[in-house]
Amino acid sequence: MNLFYTATDHFVLSPAIQLAFWGCAILLLDTWLIPDPRKRRWLVPIFVLPAIVLTAIALGKQHAYLVSEGAREISAFNGALTVDGFALFFNWVFLISTLIVSIVSYRYLEIEGEHHGEYYGLILLANCGMFFLATGTDLVTLFVGLELMALCFYVMVGFLRGERRSNEAALKYLILGAFSSALLVYGFSLFYGMAGATKLSVIVKAMQGRDPWDPVLFLAMATTSVGLLFKISAAPFHMWAPDAYEGAPTTTTAYLSVASKAASIAFLLRIFLGPLDVARPAWEPLLAGVAILTMTVGNFAAITQTNVKRLLAYSSISHAGYMLLGLIAGNDTGLKGIAVYVLVYTFMNLGAFLVVIALRRQNIIGEDVADLAGLAKRHPGYALLMLVFLLSLAGIPPTAGFLGKYYIFLSLVETGHYVLAVIGTLYVAVAIYYYFRIVRSMYLDEAAADTAPLASTVGLRFAVGVSGLLTLCIGIYPEPFLRLAHTSLLK
Amino acid sequence: MHPVTPSHYLALSVALLLIGTAGVLVRRNLVIVLMSLELILNAVNINLVTFSQYYQHTHGQIFAIFVITVAVAEAALGLGILIALFRNKPTVQADEIDLLKW
Repeated sequence: MNLFYTATDHFVLSPAIQLAFWGCAILLLDTWLIPDPRKRRWLVPIFVLPAIVLTAIALGKQHAYLVSEGAREISAFNGALTVDGFALFFNWVFLISTLIVSIVSYRYLEIEGEHHGEYYGLILLANCGMFFLATGTDLVTLFVGLELMALCFYVMVGFLRGERRSNEAALKYLILGAFSSALLVYGFSLFYGMAGATKLSVIVKAMQGRDPWDPVLFLAMATTSVGLLFKISAAPFHMWAPDAYEGAPTTTTAYLSVASKAASIAFLLRIFLGPLDVARPAWEPLLAGVAILTMTVGNFAAITQTNVKRLLAYSSISHAGYMLLGLIAGNDTGLKGIAVYVLVYTFMNLGAFLVVIALRRQNIIGEDVADLAGLAKRHPGYALLMLVFLLSLAGIPPTAGFLGKYYIFLSLVETGHYVLAVIGTLYVAVAIYYYFRIVRSMYLDEAAADTAPLASTVGLRFAVGVSGLLTLCIGIYPEPFLRLAHTSLLK
Repeated sequence: MHPVTPSHYLALSVALLLIGTAGVLVRRNLVIVLMSLELILNAVNINLVTFSQYYQHTHGQIFAIFVITVAVAEAALGLGILIALFRNKPTVQADEIDLLKW
């Protein structure tokens, strides 16, 4: 037991230190250090850049160390934090989403009339929380990381203070989110009771040989899973997602739908493949039911939506169902499939939301499917990229979305879960139907009366372009991305 | 007189968990919903402290301090958001906040 702060501890913690330092620095700059509000408006967002660059350098050093030493993991704080391929993979995903969302936030929040520097501080602090979710291997660390992320998101969802939809979304998200975290931490307290420790590695050892149907273990499994499934918005715990996604500022929605979901998936994998692995016979059928229900609810509820943000919310619910299928298969292909899926989903879903962000202009909300009518004529570039994102979300080759679904289905077939594979494939057909409603609106419907130019800035064009390019790249030349995903295997 | 054993505390904790869960799911007044959330977190704290005493080490008590901190932050944020909503629509009844649905 080492009681002092060692060099290794610092090395492992350094990305989080950068994120927390710059997050707090931005909050201070915004309220105190830069008194002139006009200067503050454009000066504060600039500080996100050093934050992201320095975090990337810190992560890069960890990556280089793991590769050069050939080590599987670096453990710090007596096992409370572990940097392994899994943690690094997810941390890169979070950082990329943070970068893209910060780039596009400025103009959007200006149009909404709620541009405040604290937004950027909250984004960085949320990313800090996600770091602990992917890297933490201790119940306390994981719980505090989860709450740091969630508390930042509650504020960011309700960021449009004058807008009733935003207030309502934040309140619903907060109450349901706090409820699920409370149940989750109740499960954690039972794990602590069963094992007498909070470190995941010790708990895993203490759990070995325990009956999977043991009532205390079952209660711990049930409460923990409710909390985790809520966070990834799996049915029947998905009700918050459409409301929060619709009411939140679209930049928050984009961030919430990719980064928060990726972090929750990382958290879910750490718990289900760690302390809960012993209870696999108990949770496997339950999760299979949840996955089927999630895909059903997500895909069928999306059909009738007229609001694009809400439609994408239901689509993101169904994607959570597909990711769960990889965990049910549970072999290397399945876990690799989840990693690929998370990576692919980040770019295609961010891209789709970025197009919705571009549609929000002064006095035009631009969230309905009808608002996309005639986009192909007026802005062929945006329409084409949106088409790529939607094809990818539906899982059609040669886009990246196909690759994600391919590995998930392959793992299901390998492990003999044929029924799940068939159901998952059938729902792709349903998904094509509602994604193509947007495509039809863009390409076939006549342009609506509004001909105001899109709110497209250099940053936004760059972000959409990069997302589109990567969505195609991963689909056409997947080799390097698959290798990256392979390093993220937990076992 | 029976001695008070860990199982008594655990029974209390389960009771608090159930009361809190019922409160969140059934009550329509949002302030009471937030109070029920605190009840669940207190059930967690009782669990943690009981186990901590049982194992004769401090891990659980430290965990409980973190849970208390998070509970405070959550309650403060919840009331803050409730006030922001109240300025736009003066109600605290959950079923009157119905702008977003389906």
